[in-house]
Amino acid sequence: MTFLVLDGLQKIYGTHQVVQRFDLSVERGEFISFLGSSGCGKTTTLRMVAGFETPTVGTIRVDGRDVTQLAPNQRKVGMVFQSYALFPNMTVAQNVAFGLKVAGKSPAEIKTRVGEMLELIKLPKLADRYPYQMSGGQQQRVALARAIATKPQILLLDEPLSALDAKIRVSLRDDIRTLQRELGITTIYVTHDQEEALSMSDRIVVMSEGRMEQVGTPFEIYNRPATRFVASFVGHLNLLKATVVAPSEGRITVNGQAIRTAAALNGVPVGAPLTLALRPEAIRIGASETGNRLDGTISDVAFLGAIVRIRVQVGDNRLSLDTFNNPGSPPPARGEAVHLGFSPEDLHSVSDA
Amino acid sequence: MKRARLGPWIAVILGAIYFLVPLIATFEFSLRVRRNQYSFDAYANVLGDPHFQASFLYSTLIAFATIVVGVMLVVPTAYWVQLRLPKLRPVIEFITLLPLVVPAIVIVFGYLRIYNSSSWLPLTGSPASTNVLLVFGYVTLALPYLYRSVDTGLRTIDVRTLTEAAESLGARWPRILFTIIFPNVRVAIIGGAFLTFAIVIGEFTFAALLDRPAFGPYLQLVGANRAYEPAALSIIAFAITWACMGLIQIFGRDRRTGVAARP
Ligand SMILES: Nc1ncnc2c1ncn2[C@@H]1O[C@H](COP(=O)(O)OP(=O)(O)OP(=O)(O)O)[C@@H](O)[C@H]1O
Ligand SMILES: [Mg+2]
Repeated sequence: MTFLVLDGLQKIYGTHQVVQRFDLSVERGEFISFLGSSGCGKTTTLRMVAGFETPTVGTIRVDGRDVTQLAPNQRKVGMVFQSYALFPNMTVAQNVAFGLKVAGKSPAEIKTRVGEMLELIKLPKLADRYPYQMSGGQQQRVALARAIATKPQILLLDEPLSALDAKIRVSLRDDIRTLQRELGITTIYVTHDQEEALSMSDRIVVMSEGRMEQVGTPFEIYNRPATRFVASFVGHLNLLKATVVAPSEGRITVNGQAIRTAAALNGVPVGAPLTLALRPEAIRIGASETGNRLDGTISDVAFLGAIVRIRVQVGDNRLSLDTFNNPGSPPPARGEAVHLGFSPEDLHSVSDA
Repeated sequence: MKRARLGPWIAVILGAIYFLVPLIATFEFSLRVRRNQYSFDAYANVLGDPHFQASFLYSTLIAFATIVVGVMLVVPTAYWVQLRLPKLRPVIEFITLLPLVVPAIVIVFGYLRIYNSSSWLPLTGSPASTNVLLVFGYVTLALPYLYRSVDTGLRTIDVRTLTEAAESLGARWPRILFTIIFPNVRVAIIGGAFLTFAIVIGEFTFAALLDRPAFGPYLQLVGANRAYEPAALSIIAFAITWACMGLIQIFGRDRRTGVAARP
């Protein structure tokens, strides 16, 4: 059932259109990520949902009710900020209790709920600490507890992990996701970290310059990028310059070598240039009999431990591929000629938009 | 090398002499009520004088009223300017600095003209309403110090994000102001409050022209009519000022971080 609807949202500051036609329907309990590079309008869109910004055009509906003009303190939206934003004059328990107090809950009720929340974020012993006495990771957990203590309808997180170091980031990310699933709370999560978005989300909205580039599950976004921007922004992707030979059969050439795509290239004229995307993990070294084959020369080998990343030059295309380390045989050397094999199903044409 | 250090030391010593000699001389003079013997008689006379007690009490009460009114005016204003009207900040700063530029005598004559007993708002008509006018006048005088102090305090916290966090938890602005903003600029408010106290206690022009029984006019009266007591009063006033400074230092330490507040 659709719970949150963003209908044709636009935001214009002066002459600068920061968000262009944002349409999204979010299911109850869904975890949505907004993914995009800096300045693409993620925060602005999130702040419109929270009520801190009013859309120039468009409406926001929660559970069928139009909340576009509602003040932030009427929206029942929990918010987690990059800078934690804990109240410095209050202890952890007081911070978590704040929203409950505002809601006029009884002291006994507040005490129980705060206790539950601190259990949930695994910091029951820190109830009497002040924010300055805690690490960033702990502060962000408390901020999360504070945001969900009042059982908000929607949870909004704006790059909550980007001020933390890598290890904490990974563990906290799992904790957030687990918590979100347990509570079944509809969540929007803003990030510019693709790994975060891919690992946590039910669906991802990839954004660029105020536009929605693609909406889809992590699997779809990663394996079927709809635009060149998504293809290059999400994951490590090889882009091949190809020329169309027979569109309906998917036959093309790359650097003069004939290969084919699984899908027909309808509507593309013969002889037209085409950009194709190919994931590094879809390529194997050594030609297969049934699939596509490209011949090239190894231009670089990077030994990363479990994974060996190899770069192969095919004419003026440079392909990157990952193989697992094999203790029995050393990786190939630079300058070696290789055959690359991959299946036609893994080759996708991407639009240049 | 040694010679290079001499210059600063001479400056320090000259400065110390400049401040300390009159102070010591005044103190010494205040002890000479009796002929061949030092005594604290002048202090006893001053402190025992019912006019001293009454005027000091009066000025203290006025100072407290000034602090309360000033804080209630300045904190919400500075908060709002920082949150919603950052472009207006230079204008507000300029306005708060005006009392340093416009002499008190000009301000008080303006008051007398606008609020005299035949005006549309005759605040000088009764002692009680004149007290109110005096407090408002003192708020104006304290504005430069109070505003600066609070504004600096607000800059040390992320006013905007904290406000948004509170709003998303359902809070309205009175709660945000009293449970989040005030406690977090507590140190700055206290600093401004002591400065305000020091200003109000010694103020003469407003109190004299509005004819209020304040400490400033009392100081002037004693100074004109007695020999040793004015010296004793100077020392007492000096001690009060220093006590205020000391209290700023003590309360100015942030309990939460142990770091002294920036002035
Ligand atoms: N109040 C404002 N007035 C004018 N322009 C603004 C305002 N707020 C944001 N912008 C502009 O809108 C654009 C999008 O900003 P936004 O904060 O939404 O980006 P973002 O995707 O969250 O980026 P980041 O990853 O850096 O946080 C930016 O170009 C920014 O300069
Ligand atoms: Mg942002």
